[in-house]
Amino acid sequence: MSIGTTTGTDAASRRPGRTAAPPASGAERRGPVARMRRHLGRYWQLWVMLAPALIVVIVFAYIPMYGIQLAFREFDPTKGLTGGEWVGLKYFRQFFESPLFWDLMRNTIVISLSTLVLGFLAPVLLALVINQILHSRLKRFVQTVTYLPHFISIVVIVGMLQVFLSPETGLITRFLALFGLDDINYLGSTTAFVPVYVLSDIWQHTGWNSIIYLAALAGVSTHLYEAARIDGASRLQIIRHVDIPALVPTMVILMILNMGGVLATGFEKIFLMQNTLNLPVSEVIATYTYKIGILSSQFSYSTAIGLFNTVINFAFLVLANQISKRVTDTSLW
Amino acid sequence: MSTDTLRTARTRRLSRRVGRRLGRSDLLFMSVISLILAAVLFATLYPLYFVLIASISDPTAVATGRVLLLPKNLSLFGYEQILADSRIWTGYRNTLVYSVVGTMLNLVVTLPAAYALSRREFRPRRPLMLFFAFTMFFSGGLIPTYLLYKDLGLLDNWLVFILPSALNVFNLIIARAFFENSLPEELFEAAMIDGVDYFRFFTTIALPLSKALISVIGLYYLVFHWNDFFTGLVFVRDYDKQPLQIVLRDILLSNQAFSGGAGGAGGSGGAYGQRYADQIKYGVIIVSTLPVIILYPFLQKYFEKGVLIGSVKG
Repeated sequence: MSIGTTTGTDAASRRPGRTAAPPASGAERRGPVARMRRHLGRYWQLWVMLAPALIVVIVFAYIPMYGIQLAFREFDPTKGLTGGEWVGLKYFRQFFESPLFWDLMRNTIVISLSTLVLGFLAPVLLALVINQILHSRLKRFVQTVTYLPHFISIVVIVGMLQVFLSPETGLITRFLALFGLDDINYLGSTTAFVPVYVLSDIWQHTGWNSIIYLAALAGVSTHLYEAARIDGASRLQIIRHVDIPALVPTMVILMILNMGGVLATGFEKIFLMQNTLNLPVSEVIATYTYKIGILSSQFSYSTAIGLFNTVINFAFLVLANQISKRVTDTSLW
Repeated sequence: MSTDTLRTARTRRLSRRVGRRLGRSDLLFMSVISLILAAVLFATLYPLYFVLIASISDPTAVATGRVLLLPKNLSLFGYEQILADSRIWTGYRNTLVYSVVGTMLNLVVTLPAAYALSRREFRPRRPLMLFFAFTMFFSGGLIPTYLLYKDLGLLDNWLVFILPSALNVFNLIIARAFFENSLPEELFEAAMIDGVDYFRFFTTIALPLSKALISVIGLYYLVFHWNDFFTGLVFVRDYDKQPLQIVLRDILLSNQAFSGGAGGAGGSGGAYGQRYADQIKYGVIIVSTLPVIILYPFLQKYFEKGVLIGSVKG
């Protein structure tokens, strides 16, 4: 097996040199058209295999991006996606000056940051705990159970929240009443909305998100543990000095990826949890874009808000990636 | 390879023996770990178990907190109501069709593209990968998408559940990483010498060796379609085309449910009606989530594998 893989990598590294280099030098003499023809002659089948995926991405991702110019134009139903008169930053100004702007920003940031921070740490802790289980069948069982909620649909999750938190009769409502926390309507309260949202998110995704950390822990050499134990390290010290350092690179990559979603709160769950009572804290950019755009057909205004959101997210992603590249030498690109 | 596994097995045994000699602080540590684990297991499983027992218990017993460990005064009222409601079954049928057809299209689009992108000698693969990956972080937003679908005639069309989601870039990356790392290169070399082209290599050699990958991303796509709520909400008005999740929303969250059935019970008093409505909700949660929960333990290893394949290449 090991012999097989070495020849495999050898062949792979030799390959480009043998197949690509001589034709390339020959093609350069005959110009780009001939080179293109040669490329297609050799690889047309790969292009055919790529075609459906390319079409899907171009049509359903890049054409809408082209339609972003709607944010700078007056919407004209006869001209569709790109039409209408150029109005520049009118709709952005309208958004920044809108009394709702700061509310939306605050709500979006509060919800996404608390999900980001707490939702980021919980899987790390869970992985460290699961990693302590020596009995492998028990470990499997714990993993199976904790991954499960990840696959339950958001509609059902919010439905469960509604029955568990319903005033007086809900399971959790009654449980919390034992601690004197009665007469709180968890579903229709401005103070309970964010905790309910974040905690249920942690309940649903912590197990699943711990997989990647468990894989990183499985890769730690047993010699390290052995050496630490012989040196008399306690289990807590081993976690602190062996396990956690092993997780840091993975944590950094995931943190960067999450930064790209600073203003990208999950639309569906917030939308489903919204009601008139919690709206002051639950109206976020994503839900507002939907209401303004789809429900009241202010297409240009809604596109502008959506673009603002996307740009901020993208900027955060790039920024986080730059910082990480400089500080930890880990980066996405 | 085999000597290596032997050695790790031995060190593991050794370290466990070392572990046995540990002192009181480690005993305390292990009890704390056990307590945390017990709490995690309970917090994950009990809510699901409670929904199950609540769905078959007498609603009044549930509402007054007398159902905690076992069902009380068996009542199938909720399930009777659900069985009689045609919306759920229409939604079920629609979701089944969208999930099966959608997932097949997903595989047909994703796998060949991933294979092409995995070929090292194919120079454009790097820029193409960027072209795909960019869409993960930047999008046109809701309204341009909506207007495009309108132009394409996808609004209120069942194809909207299938075509726009035909490719998920994350799954494309997983599949590409799998082809890159799991297909031995000499297999390809040998096939090339025999005059096999890319098409034949992909269909007769690469695919049969990729059953694990196909299961993984097939399952990811299937779960996505099964749980898709957004598409129906934004792009479809026609109720006959709505998937299960939209129907669920109406029953679970809007309380507009069962105007004929439980609504009648609701007419005879607010709290009383609420109890019956709650029992229907418990039942609906079970009916809609059961397929996932029953299949899940068998498929779980594949789901997990997907995360690991994907993380090989970041």
